[in-house]
Amino acid sequence: MMLIPCPHCGPRAQSEFIYERTVDSVVPLDATSQEAMAKLFTRNNPRGVDDEIWRHTYGCRAWMVLSRHRVTNEISECRAIGPEALP
Amino acid sequence: MSRYSAFSLLRGALTGHRHWQPAWRDPEPKSHYDIIIIGGGGHGLATAYYLAKVHGLTNIAVLEKGWIGGGNTGRNTTIVRSNYRLEPLHNFFEFGLKLWHGLSDELNYNVMFSPRGAMFLGHSDADMVKLAERGDAMRCDGIDADLLTRDQVAKLEPLLDMSRDARFPIQGGLIQRRGGTARHDAVAWGYGRGADSLGVDIIQKCEVTGFVRDGGAVVGVETTRGRIGAGRVGICVAGHSGHVAGLAGLKLPVESQTLQAMVTEGVKPMINSVIMSQSLHCYISQSDKGGVVFGGDPDNWPSYAQRGHPMVMEGAVAQGLALVPALSRLRMVRTWSGVTDMSFDGAPIIGETPVPNLFLNGGWCYGGFKATPASGWTYAHTLATGKPHALNAPFSLDRFERGATIDETGSGPMPNSR
Repeated sequence: MMLIPCPHCGPRAQSEFIYERTVDSVVPLDATSQEAMAKLFTRNNPRGVDDEIWRHTYGCRAWMVLSRHRVTNEISECRAIGPEALP
Repeated sequence: MSRYSAFSLLRGALTGHRHWQPAWRDPEPKSHYDIIIIGGGGHGLATAYYLAKVHGLTNIAVLEKGWIGGGNTGRNTTIVRSNYRLEPLHNFFEFGLKLWHGLSDELNYNVMFSPRGAMFLGHSDADMVKLAERGDAMRCDGIDADLLTRDQVAKLEPLLDMSRDARFPIQGGLIQRRGGTARHDAVAWGYGRGADSLGVDIIQKCEVTGFVRDGGAVVGVETTRGRIGAGRVGICVAGHSGHVAGLAGLKLPVESQTLQAMVTEGVKPMINSVIMSQSLHCYISQSDKGGVVFGGDPDNWPSYAQRGHPMVMEGAVAQGLALVPALSRLRMVRTWSGVTDMSFDGAPIIGETPVPNLFLNGGWCYGGFKATPASGWTYAHTLATGKPHALNAPFSLDRFERGATIDETGSGPMPNSR
């Protein structure tokens, strides 16, 4: 289990969190249908660090962005979500 | 390549068993092949075997970064079945199931296929309606499926908790009697030996690090053992499809996740069939060695780590114990996990890519093992002819942009909600 540093609650067990999707897969409101399709149906899926949206569902219930390494599970950053976190 | 037979065993017994040969060669890579298959798992080796056997092509290499069968082929729960509701899925897997039934003879290698029956449990009226619908859909295409009453399920699996106050009460089931399990390593070794004996080069410890392009087209691969030219290249690395396709600049409808499984100590026969519950997501069978093998949900977040998280394992174990309380007396001896390609509709991807000469076989979610023969057969056809086989045509990469997804569970474009 990972220890996720919630920006509001501090380090908490991963079992309190739910993974939502990657930041790059959020569809912008003004996306064309081609862009929306690509955002919805494809992922960078790197064997390395990617930015992911998680939610502290069984805690403060806030959304946040995690920069996590997909092999080592190392979390390099966890920041509160806001308009600047989305494309 | 000498054939394995009772006679060769007997001859070995008389000559001190000094006649055994390696089951496949260890060749140096040539400078050019007609077809290169990236990934020496069951699917890649089956593809090479059918390319040589069915299409008569032998200037073929299978490149494997580790050792053959060391990835997901050796990390599954060995279940073989074709009981899907949607036509493209059950027709594809049924074609494979027919190949499974003759596979040991075909390969002259005992894959220990054991058609002991694959049974879904129904826990509610709604479950039973869903199972009946699935069974009907299968029977319309000539695939065996029998709806079981509660008593029939209890008779088949006496150790299931059939009490009315069980945590997950059992109302009935749907069984595919021709389904079962097989020895996963033997599938890779059997196909590998078969392909090698037909002239295919199996090159292990050879990781692909890039693609050689001419214009847009792929004309070879860069590997840790040097550059190798190729007429066509087939990616067959499910779990790592996103990574390898990324080397060619492709972004796939795939997210990699970890799927765990576990096995108990060996005991006398206690589980007769393959017990599965899709309402829970738990599957239990007993290996020929006696260990009870079971698994559950994937870890529902992206990961390339070949190790799982205990909290997910705990969920699978809780379900297993609720269904078969006697399991609580067994010690778990081993757990493992593999990296699965979770596709965005739960169905695989086999076919062409936007890059000329580059083909893709991946997106197997957690259902790749049973598909090995059908995947190899249809991918071989696709690589040999450049066009998909009728059975894998629905599983094209462009089906998402065409709105032609094959969504068995109807859960939409979220790989973590499968």
